[in-house]
Amino acid sequence: MANKDKKSVLIQGNQAIVEGAIAAGCNFYAGYPITPATEIAEMMANRLPRIGGTFIQMEDEIASMGATVGAALSGAKALTATSGPGFSLKQEIIGYACITEVPCVIVNVMRGGPSTGLPTCPSQGDVMQARWGTHGDHPIIVLAVSSVEDSFDITVTAFNMSEKFRTPVILLSDEVVAHTREKFEIPDPEDVQVYNRVKPTVPPEWYIPYENTARGVPPMASFGDGYRYHVTGLVHDIHGFPTERREEVKAFTERIHRKISHFYKEIQIVKKYMTEDADVNIIAYGSVARSAIHAAKEARKQGFKVGVLQLVTLFPFPRKDVEEVLRSSKRVIVPEMNMGQIAREVKRVNKNYTRVVKLNRYDGSLINPDEILRLIREAL
Amino acid sequence: MVKHRDSTHLVHQYLRHNKKFPHVWCPGCGNGIVLGALIRAIHQHQYERDDIVLVSGIGCSSRMPVYVDFNTIHTLHGRALTFATGIKLANPKLKVIVVTGDGDSMAIGGNHFIHAARRNIDITTIILNNNIYGMTGGQSSPTTNYGDKSTTAPYTHIEHAFKISELAVTAGASFVARGTVYHADKLQKLIEAALTKDGFSVVEAVTHCHVQYGKLNKLGSNVDMMKWQKDNSITVQKAAKMKEEDVEDKITMGVLMDKPLPNFTKEMAKLKDRAKE
Ligand SMILES: Cc1ncc(C[n+]2csc(CCOP(=O)(O)OP(=O)(O)O)c2C)c(N)n1
Ligand code: SF4
Repeated sequence: MANKDKKSVLIQGNQAIVEGAIAAGCNFYAGYPITPATEIAEMMANRLPRIGGTFIQMEDEIASMGATVGAALSGAKALTATSGPGFSLKQEIIGYACITEVPCVIVNVMRGGPSTGLPTCPSQGDVMQARWGTHGDHPIIVLAVSSVEDSFDITVTAFNMSEKFRTPVILLSDEVVAHTREKFEIPDPEDVQVYNRVKPTVPPEWYIPYENTARGVPPMASFGDGYRYHVTGLVHDIHGFPTERREEVKAFTERIHRKISHFYKEIQIVKKYMTEDADVNIIAYGSVARSAIHAAKEARKQGFKVGVLQLVTLFPFPRKDVEEVLRSSKRVIVPEMNMGQIAREVKRVNKNYTRVVKLNRYDGSLINPDEILRLIREAL
Repeated sequence: MVKHRDSTHLVHQYLRHNKKFPHVWCPGCGNGIVLGALIRAIHQHQYERDDIVLVSGIGCSSRMPVYVDFNTIHTLHGRALTFATGIKLANPKLKVIVVTGDGDSMAIGGNHFIHAARRNIDITTIILNNNIYGMTGGQSSPTTNYGDKSTTAPYTHIEHAFKISELAVTAGASFVARGTVYHADKLQKLIEAALTKDGFSVVEAVTHCHVQYGKLNKLGSNVDMMKWQKDNSITVQKAAKMKEEDVEDKITMGVLMDKPLPNFTKEMAKLKDRAKE
């Protein structure tokens, strides 16, 4: 009990990401300072060396992303964190991590954009960039956090997914979550479930680095393990060598998509609050999900049946869960701190099941519960 | 030492025979000579292949890693040193070698280059300087000389060239040397020396792209261009005694910098010890 008390701390979202990363086994961080993500770098600079890990401040975000992927290839669990302008710079190398299937986690603490935008204001304007920011057809996992607790838990999940599916995972936070302090009990390390990438066990001469395995995720050797292989951003055959042969290109592209699409059940995380009997459901994510839950509780007190579907996984878009809510509700509200990026996805999935109403703020401020409540009242 | 002219058999031992050859380089390109010198230098030191990571960016020169049997990675245009930094820091036991072109390392990757030198991280970088963008078909690079032609400088180039080795010295690299593909055995020696150095070591390998640069500037065949290298190279020692304007158009060959400076990789290890106290 005394031990537990000691671990209950008042921390901000950015620190919870650091704690979560370290609990997940992160031992490498490369980054470049940018508001509102800077605290992650500062705390990593402090924490990592003490546990034998490596922190490096690179010359820009491109370099940070390159070092992150390089470290992961040497066997590290690597993290980088940034915000809008830096996230844009990282895109080319995020694509490299997709095509070479290198596990790593990229945190984007969203601020107002485009360009330098609103450095100290919250936003959810980078949702579509997280999905489609790098060029070409590629699978990617995008998760969103809404609280300090989430920032810890979902960071662990992000690392686990990156290792399990050999993919970069993008973790979206926002300025509100990042800087709000909340009481949090850091779990004991033994209570945190950690997944490590599968390494090859076959003799080196049998190793096929990009083998089309049943799960679609080939074992990954680290540089220096004795499995000398080739890594390239060119489309490659199962041996890792560049290819333009149609059948090989097709098989490769399909496999890197299949390794994610076959595991939607596991990857698509949502949280349901009172959705089942609700007349109105709110679909929200990030800090806005907190306002939505607040509004729903308030509405229930006033006699309205309201629920919330919180999306933790934004991409691959949790279509099944969204469809379920669309089918069962008289109306669905999608509040977002952008012009309607996830609302578009919701509308795409809505086959005349119900009416989808957007609630958007793009003035650099949070959506508060009252605004949502007003819309609920109008709806019913 | 196995010399350039007797090294075919040796070089073959290091090539990847399961890789689908032929390679992408034009007949007569200097890139293969640099690869040969690198392989012989590595062989000379008897490094374990498993410990070597060969990292490159994008360009003709950066195609090198795919052909050789080490841990190899062909990264993105300009970014080889960023990946190499992560690879080295996450496993400092690895011998990390970067091969890059003049465009790759000096234009799009110029910032990474000066910062890697400034940090003095324990990585050997070999820059194949052919004064042009070979892969994309002959556009100007940061080492294209004033007055030269390229496909993007049809009325001649009005910018001035970087001096790669001198830049590396100024940026803080602890070992810097320049060689040419004509002097293949000497180039091998310079790479051999670079590989043993603590900290950031740079070898600029002056080479020819007769197909793009040579053709656009009427410099003749690959043989003519190598002859030019032979006739216009002087040693660093000799250059030191000459007037600056007389050295201007020459290739100064040899070691420009060799000084033990604090090595980032070792500093990082010390920092971790301090943090744990
Ligand atoms: C981001 C990006 N921009 C442009 C290119 C196109 N590109 C490929 S190679 C190259 C130039 C390579 O020149 P250099 O590094 O001198 O190598 P060389 O081919 O001469 O050996 C360019 C511009 C690219 N691949 N990526
Ligand atoms: S284009 Fe030039 S640099 Fe490229 S392979 Fe041909 S000769 Fe070599």
